[in-house]
Amino acid sequence: MERQTLQRAREAFFSGRARPLEFRVQQLHALQKMLTEKENEISTALKQDLNRSQYDTPLLELIGIENEIKLAVEKLSDWAAPRSVEKNLLTLSDEVYIQPEPLGLVLIIGAWNYPWALTLLPLVGAIAAGNAAVVKPSELSECSSLLLRALLPRYLDKDLYPVVTGGAAETQELLKQKFDHIFYTGSSSVGKLVMEAAARHLTPVTLELGGKSPCYIDKNCDITTACRRITWGKLTNCGQTCIAPDYVLCESVVQSRVLEEIKKSIKEFYTDNPKVSDDYGRIVSQRHFKRLMGLMEGSTVAFGGDVDESQLYIGPTVLEGVTSESRVMKEEIFGPLLPIITVDGVEEAIQFINDREKPLVLYVFSYDKKLIKRMLAETSSGALLANDCLVHFIDSALPFGGVGHSGMGRYRGRHSFDLLSNLRSCLIKQLHLERVNSMRYPPHNSRRLGWARFFLLTQISLRRLGYVLAMLAALSAFLVQKYLRQD
Amino acid sequence: MSREQQAVARARKAFETGRSKPLEYRIHQLQNLQRLFSERQKEISDAINKDLKRSEVGMQMFETLGLEGEIALTIKKLKEWAAPRPVEKNLMTLSDTVYVWPEPLGVVLIIGAWNYPWAVTVQPLIGAIAAGNAAVVKPSEVCVHTAKVMEELLPVYIDKELYPVVCGGVPETQELLRQRFDHIFYTGNSTVGKLIMEAAAKHLTPVTLELGGKSPCYIDKNCDLSIACRRVAWGKFTNCGQTCIAPDYVLCEPSIQDRVIEEVKKSIKDFYTDNPKTCPDYGRIINQRHFKRIMGLLEDSAVTVGGENDESNCYIAPTVLRDVKPEAKVMQEEIFGPLLPIVPISGLDEAIKFINKGEKPLALYVFSSDDKVINRLRDQTSSGGFLANDCLVHFSVSSLPFGGVGNSGMGCYHGRFSFDQLSHLRGCLIKQLKMEGVNKMRYPPHTPKKLGWARFFILKTFNLGWVGRMLLLAVLAVVGAVVLQKYLQ
Repeated sequence: MERQTLQRAREAFFSGRARPLEFRVQQLHALQKMLTEKENEISTALKQDLNRSQYDTPLLELIGIENEIKLAVEKLSDWAAPRSVEKNLLTLSDEVYIQPEPLGLVLIIGAWNYPWALTLLPLVGAIAAGNAAVVKPSELSECSSLLLRALLPRYLDKDLYPVVTGGAAETQELLKQKFDHIFYTGSSSVGKLVMEAAARHLTPVTLELGGKSPCYIDKNCDITTACRRITWGKLTNCGQTCIAPDYVLCESVVQSRVLEEIKKSIKEFYTDNPKVSDDYGRIVSQRHFKRLMGLMEGSTVAFGGDVDESQLYIGPTVLEGVTSESRVMKEEIFGPLLPIITVDGVEEAIQFINDREKPLVLYVFSYDKKLIKRMLAETSSGALLANDCLVHFIDSALPFGGVGHSGMGRYRGRHSFDLLSNLRSCLIKQLHLERVNSMRYPPHNSRRLGWARFFLLTQISLRRLGYVLAMLAALSAFLVQKYLRQD
Repeated sequence: MSREQQAVARARKAFETGRSKPLEYRIHQLQNLQRLFSERQKEISDAINKDLKRSEVGMQMFETLGLEGEIALTIKKLKEWAAPRPVEKNLMTLSDTVYVWPEPLGVVLIIGAWNYPWAVTVQPLIGAIAAGNAAVVKPSEVCVHTAKVMEELLPVYIDKELYPVVCGGVPETQELLRQRFDHIFYTGNSTVGKLIMEAAAKHLTPVTLELGGKSPCYIDKNCDLSIACRRVAWGKFTNCGQTCIAPDYVLCEPSIQDRVIEEVKKSIKDFYTDNPKTCPDYGRIINQRHFKRIMGLLEDSAVTVGGENDESNCYIAPTVLRDVKPEAKVMQEEIFGPLLPIVPISGLDEAIKFINKGEKPLALYVFSSDDKVINRLRDQTSSGGFLANDCLVHFSVSSLPFGGVGNSGMGCYHGRFSFDQLSHLRGCLIKQLKMEGVNKMRYPPHTPKKLGWARFFILKTFNLGWVGRMLLLAVLAVVGAVVLQKYLQ
């Protein structure tokens, strides 16, 4: 069944209809229409999948997609246009540019934690770049997955952008087929399998993975604001965010204050009883619920720890007495547990962070610019965000992606377009000036080599040359004019 | 620990000392590399001559000249490339510092190829050094003499812990591939490319694969055939056809086939004399295995020029095949040798169809005086690079990214692209711990009013660059008005 779907998508791509910019813009508008018209249905599906509040749906998913669509529609003719590059002496009279073109058939494997954003944001890039795309939403967010399968073909070209649902078996079947790019969001272990499958067809991959994103709180900062932002970053979507602050590092002198402020923020956001707050989410499945319960073993619950398996509810929980050996430090938490680990200062924090895999994001809270710079210079991560959490994802000018075990490739905004395009180098020469070429033809001799050396190694900044020429032109125009007036 | 494990471990330890990070250090290493080429031309030349029978001038022109240019460009531009790159702000980040911060990846593995051993092994190394990485260099064992010279010379000039050279064949490469790297840069064929990517997947290591394929060359009847064929002949027979971007085969209309053959024959004589075997500028096939492979490709096609060969010498003359059928043996794999098949097609439409039936090539060539033909071919096909009216030379334009697509590869390099490919471009957003009022709209408990504000701030992005430009224009207009007014008085 999948093979037929893929065949149809490929044929639709080869028909050429995804190529004209007008078509791509029209499809993007249609996607926006779907999100606007069906917001309620989407909200309902998300409530069933993750107990997402009706405000979190637009806030965390739809506004982001709307923004991305808006940007793509506005900038598409800019992004898709040939991009001139700097010429050299040998190409002075030639056309030299990079021509973005579609790759072909893209596979997008979405995740369950932000099922709409993480599936549709790459789709926006795929459509903008002129590709066909097979969309495979995560089966864990089942209601959203089924809704997407029902809705997308009603609004978008159903041959070019088919939705394929299913679990591991269906995904494995899909991965046996050939694609021109695979965009996967999920865990590192599955990421390896995706890349391995892609290797058989030499398919390039983008892997948006995860890891343990550290959060260092310097004693020299506004602890109240810092903790509020961290609490928000952690507990949004019940901690099920790839860029959630996974654990906190701070000096023992501020530890109790940090705990206090976090407690305060939890209460502010979710009341004394988060279980009944509309805005507090649930764990996506039994399996993840049990996994998270297991992670708490061996650590001290400083706050929270209340659970209800029937509801897949785990209350906002802060853990103390956590060391690098604790269970909760052995894997990405992806849940509402916030370990606080004490360190002796920024040096130990950096050591701690560098002893682990490169995370998707590194958070640091401090007034001290030098400290922030030090963190930046002495660690590595997909991104670094100082004094807030999560919000770098909203800025589509910043490339979003991981490094090392947290992923490869980057997207958002123009980066999505470039990622899912073939940026083809083009050099259009003329069939003249053959004399210049004679230096490269055999029979080779040192004199010809000398000329080749001159032409290849002389670097002139043509831009600067252009300015100089322009200035000379202006000056001569002025002088000529003066001279004419004097007559 | 195996020798390969040790080399990688040492490189990682050296990287972790941080000494490859300062720009001065990287430039110093690049300058040393430059000295290697200016001081050791003779050893490099002799080895290349033994491996590929390339003349000294030919060696410089096709290997070290390009590298010298690349090193000079890199040293000149490194400060710019390595500096934080500001990005466009939006309403939410107006008062923040937002930029992309290039940083080293760590330990890069560079697996070189044998056809231009210095060029394709050292060019990625330049990028790796420039980006502040350590790099394990694995030259191809097929170019036996050059690999040995690389192993001897590189440690003399550049940091031998940060940039170790590991020689060996398949087992040594497999051992290397079991180790963990932060990037693998491979130049070679698609079959091995798949194995490399599979091995890289186990560590989630990103890869750059510079592969190959059959690069088509369409010769339009509407063009200066004499010049076109000279450029095609040069592109084909340089290095005895052993170039990843050599024009693999020619497509043209039957009406010009004879003329094409004539002109190519003329060019061969101009370049390599009547007896290319004795010409110092004509190369040899790298080894017996490839010799046999290429000879096998001739089986079911008609040789119209050349065809002479000498197995003891690994010599195959510049050879043109005419009226080649799509099913012919020579059309089933990348030739990588001095055989130029001419496949007659009825016109541009058929040429495009023919090209699109195959895998996406590394390069696509078209010779025509008609812009429309060129544009059509470009728009209706795909390839890594597209070059009209010449061969190979897009490789030396460092402002153009060089790389493949589909079966011809992934990733790209040259110039700044090498630096970016082997860096991690880290997104950085430095906010302040104030203006918390603005953030209230995102915190629970959620309300429609808060949501309205969030919507406003996120969606009302405007281009600050545009605003700045408008302001500048306004100021200039005012100044202009004042000046004009004074002048009119």
